[in-house]
Amino acid sequence: MVETDRHDNRLGFWGWFGGGRWDLERYAYTLHRVTGLGILFYFLLHTVVTSLRALGLYLWVEGGFFHRPIFKFGEFLVFAAFAYHALNGIRLVLVELGIAVGKPIEPVYPYKTSINVQRPLLIGMMVLAFILLAAGGYSFLGLSR
Amino acid sequence: MRDTKYWTWHMAAGVVILLLLGLHMLIMHVGGITHLFAPFGGEAVSKGNSLFRDGKLFFTITYIILLGAALYHGLYGLRTILYELTLHPATERVITFVFVVAGLALFALGTWAAVAAHFIAMARVGG
Repeated sequence: MVETDRHDNRLGFWGWFGGGRWDLERYAYTLHRVTGLGILFYFLLHTVVTSLRALGLYLWVEGGFFHRPIFKFGEFLVFAAFAYHALNGIRLVLVELGIAVGKPIEPVYPYKTSINVQRPLLIGMMVLAFILLAAGGYSFLGLSR
Repeated sequence: MRDTKYWTWHMAAGVVILLLLGLHMLIMHVGGITHLFAPFGGEAVSKGNSLFRDGKLFFTITYIILLGAALYHGLYGLRTILYELTLHPATERVITFVFVVAGLALFALGTWAAVAAHFIAMARVGG
């Protein structure tokens, strides 16, 4: 078995949130994690609640908490988190695969960074996320009825 | 190497989720615009519309695939976040064990519910 070096994360919790010199894309990544955790929390509860339909319990149609405005607003936040997480996730996969980060070049002064090359991808994905969010908001507010 | 493989699965699961959860969101949360797979009118989450979808084998299968992909993607993502704190190796093993057990339990629950709901919906159509 290959031994791998372990490097302590000296930044601790700050390491989760600090963008350092990585600028906007790093904070987009941090928000990606925050939205991911929110979706995961909702998804685990959603799995349990919707599984109860096998026992004839349709809690979401019986009124109560699931029909309160606060829950509807929470559902919209989950939708917003999904819109952001999905489109930013596409960006992360493309960058991971080396797409949209530019071709490798010689490190000749003045140096160029790939972060500037991938910025249009971030902007494009955020525009798409906003359009999806607007469609969701239109439906959630009941304007489509 | 093994973690690279798990990370690749994490990304692949994300693509699966993008397709299936995207469809789920279009049906459930943009239903006011799309009116997809909701033949009884009203809200997409009404009991009649839910039973209609549960009766379709396509939805039963995609619910199970989505459940597995989302559990893996979500729990592996949370595990990665926690591992960044460079915890004690024993603590990391406990986290992995708890996530695997919780993931398998929720997958079993959701799969049972999807299959049971399918047969309940089919029985209603038949009766």
